[in-house]
Amino acid sequence: MTLNLGLLILFVVGAVVTVLVSNLLYSAIGLALTSVVLTLIMFQLQAPLAGVFELSVCAGLITAVFISAISLTRPGTSDEREPRAAARIVVLPLLVVAVGSIFFLANLAYRLPTPPAATVTEVREVLWSARQFDLLGIVLIILTGVFGVAILFKERINRD
Amino acid sequence: MTSGLSSEFLIFLAFASMVFVAAVYCILTTRNLIRILIGVELLTKAVTLLIIVGGFFSVRPALAQSLVIALIVVEVVVIAVAAGLVIGIYRHNDSLDVRNIKNLKG
Repeated sequence: MTLNLGLLILFVVGAVVTVLVSNLLYSAIGLALTSVVLTLIMFQLQAPLAGVFELSVCAGLITAVFISAISLTRPGTSDEREPRAAARIVVLPLLVVAVGSIFFLANLAYRLPTPPAATVTEVREVLWSARQFDLLGIVLIILTGVFGVAILFKERINRD
Repeated sequence: MTSGLSSEFLIFLAFASMVFVAAVYCILTTRNLIRILIGVELLTKAVTLLIIVGGFFSVRPALAQSLVIALIVVEVVVIAVAAGLVIGIYRHNDSLDVRNIKNLKG
């Protein structure tokens, strides 16, 4: 649990730094580091397959998408930057700590559900047997994304 | 605090809610479109953590992992399409400021 607690603190610090940093590129890199920490937490919680997905897709692909978008756009003018940067540095950590302390102080009597007798432990079995409609949805979403990106680029080429 | 597993679950819940609040704050206070996308991405990270923790404590790690894989796919598609839209908006308006997006007729 000690290692988990350290990783959780790193996770929150990474998220806060990602929000507070004014440079967009540093913010994208902070997001990738937050993804890496989340991957480590997933490995700790016995979810290696989801961890690998998180590391390769979220820390890799999405960071590349963000950096491409940042490089294709000009750094913001002074109007586009967030106002009251000094106030944000004080307000956000206070807000985050306040919300976290609510859970620690609330003393919630949460009861965990009883696990089923026969639990499926293979991700492959869950994906192909129990959650087949999820796969159909995933395929449809990927196709939608591909068509969306294709239409965006087609319009751009037509304009050029 | 409650004892046993549920207290550990509450710790995870507290940290996930902290990240969630930071992401909501990022979305609400910024005017930059790319930073709003970064906030959305942070939101999904908090939800991902909660799903994995729920799977771990309810002894259904395989189900949680399959849900997270679906969530990551949706997340990637949303971010890719939204990034394309942001670049299109930037080329059209020459700005990433949400206040400049006022022309609905293209």
